[in-house]
Amino acid sequence: MSTTAATADGAAGGGMAAVRDIPLSETPGYNEEIVKRFAIISVFWGVVAFLVGVVIALQLAFPLLNFGEYLTFGRLRPVHTSAAVVAFGGNVLFATSLYIVQRTCRTGLFGGKAMAEIIFWGFQLVIVLAAAGYVLGITQSKEYAEPEWYVDILLALVWVVYAVVFLGTVMTRREPHIYVANWFFIAFIITVAMLHITNALAVPVSITSTKSYTLFSGVQDAMTQWWYGHNMVGFFLTAGFLGIMYYFVPKRAERPIYSYRLSIVHFWAIIFLYIWAGPHHLHYTALPDWAQTLGMVFSVMLWMPSWGGMINGIMTLSGAWGKLRTDPVLRFMVVAVAFYGMSTFEGPLMSVKQVNALSHYTDWTIGHVHSGALGWVAFVGFGAIYHLVPVLWKRERLYSEKLVEAHFWVSTVAIVVYITSMWMSGITQGLMWRSYDELGFLQFSFSETVEMLHPYYVVRALGGLLFLLGSFLMVYNLWMTVKAVPKATGTEPVSGQSGAGVAAPAE
Amino acid sequence: MDHSIIEKSTPLLVLLTLVAVSIGGLVQIVPLFQIESTIEKVEGVRPYSPLELVGRNIYIREGCYTCHSQMVRPFRDEVERYGHYSLAAESMYDHPFQWGSKRTGPDLARIGGKYSNDWHVAHLIDPRSVLPHSIMPAYGFLLDKELGQTDIDQHLATLRIVGVPYSDEMIAAAQADLTIQALVDADTDDLLARYPKAVTGDFDGQPSKLTEMDALIAYLQMLGTLVDFTNYDTSDLVQ
Repeated sequence: MSTTAATADGAAGGGMAAVRDIPLSETPGYNEEIVKRFAIISVFWGVVAFLVGVVIALQLAFPLLNFGEYLTFGRLRPVHTSAAVVAFGGNVLFATSLYIVQRTCRTGLFGGKAMAEIIFWGFQLVIVLAAAGYVLGITQSKEYAEPEWYVDILLALVWVVYAVVFLGTVMTRREPHIYVANWFFIAFIITVAMLHITNALAVPVSITSTKSYTLFSGVQDAMTQWWYGHNMVGFFLTAGFLGIMYYFVPKRAERPIYSYRLSIVHFWAIIFLYIWAGPHHLHYTALPDWAQTLGMVFSVMLWMPSWGGMINGIMTLSGAWGKLRTDPVLRFMVVAVAFYGMSTFEGPLMSVKQVNALSHYTDWTIGHVHSGALGWVAFVGFGAIYHLVPVLWKRERLYSEKLVEAHFWVSTVAIVVYITSMWMSGITQGLMWRSYDELGFLQFSFSETVEMLHPYYVVRALGGLLFLLGSFLMVYNLWMTVKAVPKATGTEPVSGQSGAGVAAPAE
Repeated sequence: MDHSIIEKSTPLLVLLTLVAVSIGGLVQIVPLFQIESTIEKVEGVRPYSPLELVGRNIYIREGCYTCHSQMVRPFRDEVERYGHYSLAAESMYDHPFQWGSKRTGPDLARIGGKYSNDWHVAHLIDPRSVLPHSIMPAYGFLLDKELGQTDIDQHLATLRIVGVPYSDEMIAAAQADLTIQALVDADTDDLLARYPKAVTGDFDGQPSKLTEMDALIAYLQMLGTLVDFTNYDTSDLVQ
């Protein structure tokens, strides 16, 4: 289907030396239709996630916006988190991983069209069933794992198909090496399967009931949940998105990955260490101290491999720093890596028990999550989508780089407004809860702390609104790229596609 | 070591990845089921009564956990604000746990008995009528949702499968117990024998109707009340 595209990617994405033994003319057709579909739907779910986020932010600032029975904060909050993590993040990961695996393995998707279709429609069905459930009050109440048993089973099945397609493609590759991005995708796929199935273990009340009771209870359930919860961050939103970084940053910068050795070290270190970090969500709770201490120690250690990834991403621009000025798409991705560095410093800091004593249960956590989710996950995703749309639709360029520029600045300001308001709110809240007056009484009632936070909640909603507006610029720009930009002729479209001299690691 | 061996073999890469990502979870989760002291030996913790269980499921359905924790940490300010710090034993029958992760509203682990039923009804109908700065949604619609014949016995039976010690007798009496707990002047001796310290009587101000409001308040009124902490000192509660 796209042999010219493969020319570029055989060198850039394949990433390894001595891969020229297969004549490019024999490269089989890539399934790019499915990548297109995932790219479109990920933008759609992204906008939904941002929109619902703005709605629930406004509900916290102005509680009268909780309408009736179905649209309260409590029911909409999981809609927001699932739309952001699973629907937006998940579809971005499907789009990019299925695109990258074909190009870096120089073969079409294993399992053919049918299995790719099953992944797409199965996953969208999971999202719709889950979201409808939350609004109707059907939830397991386990954060980021709220869907009830019937959706959990469906998701597990879809995930198995995805694993078969992805691993099958890797196994039938026409490259000697498995490219580094695919290591991260493999770790992401395997670990998410393990997390999802273990954390979703439950017994339904009956086969016709939407209600189930989790297999584990109390302290064991809490530990399992946060082992799951933290590693959804670690493997879904980190390992998976690092896979995206390892393909698109070198591609866009037209530079090899900064250090092959560093990618090996930080890959194994990050996947081994991340899985231990869950208990930092349970500091000072009824979880035994030994588990809390392990969680804290490993969370602090995690700082190093996280920054290994950041260094490898940012330093890939060595010799191409000038592109940051001229290419706003690359800037999205590089600033994403910078946000990644910032939130993976903040995370270990917050996992230290003494800091956590103040930050836990407050908006500081919300701020931290959003610096990662908006700054890292969404920005890498935006960068990848801006890169992919002209390639997939064979357009010679994006409709407007100016609009990408505008999107970049609007959403960067949005994130700064958002996380700053949440830092201030969180620290204020934490300090007010623990403050005593001169007579030794608690100084503030809980209600007084809620009253104090109102302005921060208004500012946070404004930050979210800005981010939503930014995403509208993206939707318009992508739409016009497909509608109004002429078809590319000849070789790969879009600047930054020559694929010259990229990634030949020292072995 | 030559890493290219791993890079060239999908099975090897998959296997080593699986090993790397399994260890942490195994070390942290499995011992929690094995080490007996994980759950403190205290008396009083019992399975939820049918009405409390229905209330708890409403609490879950409405996403109360998104804003309210049920886990008091062992800090001076928290113990003074909320009561004795929470024990693992107190949530041993919680499938799923409701410790929460955020306090947009206050912790509810020991809310039981702190406010009257009337206060809870007023607060749930219009939170700002009793707390002017509250940002909680209104839940007046619970007053209109009547609990008739339910599948509550199946819920108890399911919980028994996952390890909650409901007896045959409790399951058989589940529907009756559900109704009796919220009746005024009912004979509650059997109910209280099965579920000691259960709060009984009309909760929602509508004695003639059994509603979801009754169930939710019955649940809130028992939270954190089961363990009598005057019987223990700190050394008894070490994990």
